[in-house]
Amino acid sequence: MADAALSTAPRAARGGSLALRLRQNAGLLGAIGLFVLFYGVYNLYHPRGFSQQVLIQNANEVFTIALVAMAQTVPVILGGLDLSVGAVMTLVNCLASHLVTGSAGEIALGILACLAAGTAFGFLNGCVVVFGRIQPIIATLATGAIAIGLALFLRPKPGGKLDADLSWAMTNSLGDFAETYGLFDGGQAPWFQPIAGIPVPLVLLVLVAVCVWMPFRRTLTGRTVYAVGSAEGAAFMSGLPIARAKLAAFTLAGFFAGVGGLFLAIQTSTGNADIPQAGAYTLNSIAAVVIGGTSLLGGTGGAVASVVGALVLRAISFNFRIFDIPPLMQPLVEGLVLLAAVSLGALRALRTRNRLELFR
Amino acid sequence: MIAGAPLALRADTKPILIAAGFVLVILAVGTAYTLATQGAATLLSPAYLIQQLQTGAFLGLVAAGMMLVILIGHIDLSVAWTLAAAAMTATAVGGPLALPAGLAVGVAVGLLNGIGVAYLRVPSMIFTLGVNAVLRGLMVAQTGGFAPQTAATDAMRFLGAERIAGMPVAVLVWAAVSLLTAGLLSRTAFGKALYGMGNSEAAAYLSGIRTRRVTVLAFVLCSVLASLAGVMLAGYSTKAYQGMGDAYVLPAIAAVVIGGTHILGGRGRYLGTVVGVILIVLLNSVLSIMQMPEAGRQVIYGGVIIAMLLVYGRGAPTGS
Repeated sequence: MADAALSTAPRAARGGSLALRLRQNAGLLGAIGLFVLFYGVYNLYHPRGFSQQVLIQNANEVFTIALVAMAQTVPVILGGLDLSVGAVMTLVNCLASHLVTGSAGEIALGILACLAAGTAFGFLNGCVVVFGRIQPIIATLATGAIAIGLALFLRPKPGGKLDADLSWAMTNSLGDFAETYGLFDGGQAPWFQPIAGIPVPLVLLVLVAVCVWMPFRRTLTGRTVYAVGSAEGAAFMSGLPIARAKLAAFTLAGFFAGVGGLFLAIQTSTGNADIPQAGAYTLNSIAAVVIGGTSLLGGTGGAVASVVGALVLRAISFNFRIFDIPPLMQPLVEGLVLLAAVSLGALRALRTRNRLELFR
Repeated sequence: MIAGAPLALRADTKPILIAAGFVLVILAVGTAYTLATQGAATLLSPAYLIQQLQTGAFLGLVAAGMMLVILIGHIDLSVAWTLAAAAMTATAVGGPLALPAGLAVGVAVGLLNGIGVAYLRVPSMIFTLGVNAVLRGLMVAQTGGFAPQTAATDAMRFLGAERIAGMPVAVLVWAAVSLLTAGLLSRTAFGKALYGMGNSEAAAYLSGIRTRRVTVLAFVLCSVLASLAGVMLAGYSTKAYQGMGDAYVLPAIAAVVIGGTHILGGRGRYLGTVVGVILIVLLNSVLSIMQMPEAGRQVIYGGVIIAMLLVYGRGAPTGS
């Protein structure tokens, strides 16, 4: 019997590798399905559905929450949680409303300073968690209050001004971007035409995911983040750089949140230290992470999955505009969908034969 | 839990002493400020201190419930709208049934949370978040998004705002709940089960503890206490309003943790939660007396939590 198990196991692994991958990513696939469903229905019933304008508008509405969800993902994979992502996003948002204006050089420096500020705050979170040895939930709860406080120092009242050209270029299509900055013959170059209609936020989102997240998860540090979330003791025994992985995870979260805050400032052209809004972003980011199929216990999932989760969340609220759901009912529908989505993952618990497997 | 060494400090007593010491520091700083600016030690007057207890009673009730849930390693983010929903339901029902109706909301929400967490095994953080969203949706749909016009009943006014012999009834309720909770934690099988599950749910289960029922009961108690706070708060402010619970979730968690309860469960004494509540209420009050702008308050608030935890809330180094 043991022989049979030994001989069949590799074959099952080889033959079933696609099935295995599908099963491992069931949560993500479900999220993609939900998104296609909700967004498809939205476009079908939208009077100008499947058009460039609708896509650009939606891409703008999605970008910040998608980045904050990515930010939340990294600490969650680590087995922690970052309750400061919304606050860091807000802090960078307020900082950007001061810095991202003036000459081209000043703008570039301002953007760099904003990204550095978000990253630095994330690094600070990591230091409190790693060197202070305080649980991430409560540490980031406290640092989140500090971030909001700093944001309020910067912007006691909503206001500020961002470079108008930049705002226009970043929140429209690639063609408009090229036209604004006189690239590729003002966006008229023939080779450029097929991609000129793509919204800039969408390109940025893909760039951040492909250039930052995907390389990161392949590094030793990135893999250690997964290992720590899966079994910290085992990761430690294997000699993995645990402290470095934790620092990197929170730093990366700060960077993603910073990008989100910077974009929100560019999109709205103001800085706003809105405490309820920061809280809502944090909570929605957790929801997006879970809907994307990343386990809150850590060790699985990925930032791209959380982007899909964020897309699902936003696609649901897009539909409110199409179907005449009374505004007063919208929070209820949103809540019910959220509750249903997170409870879907519970089906695992009902299938488990040995109840001990549930405890972890 | 070593018996026979009454004078030795138990490990979970140190946080309480440090937090209590910090309460005195806050009072001293605030008094120095009022002496310098007004020439009077306002903060040390009984009237001021009793008023702080009155303010703290609502947070204290929420934190007591939150502690039960945190002890088993879970968290309840739905207390914000449980509190508001109970208050709105109570004022809407009115009459002698107002109070039971408000508490019934708590029981229902607690059962829902408990079943979701214990039986469906959804992480409490996200399940209670979803329940919170649903409750908010229900209340917005019910009230039209405005503060309900209905007023608190006399019974609610009595619980929330009246005084008996100079002591606010709310404080007496908080004291009674505190005694019950402390007794529950230290003297009953349920209390022991909470600590055991917080340390290792698998071990607790194998020891014959009906972990799922204990989880459900903890969530029900948490929600009932939140709804009691809501009903009393509506009595205090004469009516219910949107978002009345939002200011209580994170401070309640902070109070529990500052009081020495481990955020992942299994450790902590109830007395610490009381001290934590007093610390947070006093800190807020002194900062507002010093006319600290909101920005500074948030920074100090976060800094204090980090500083307190750096002193006594640190985990073991990795690998030990």
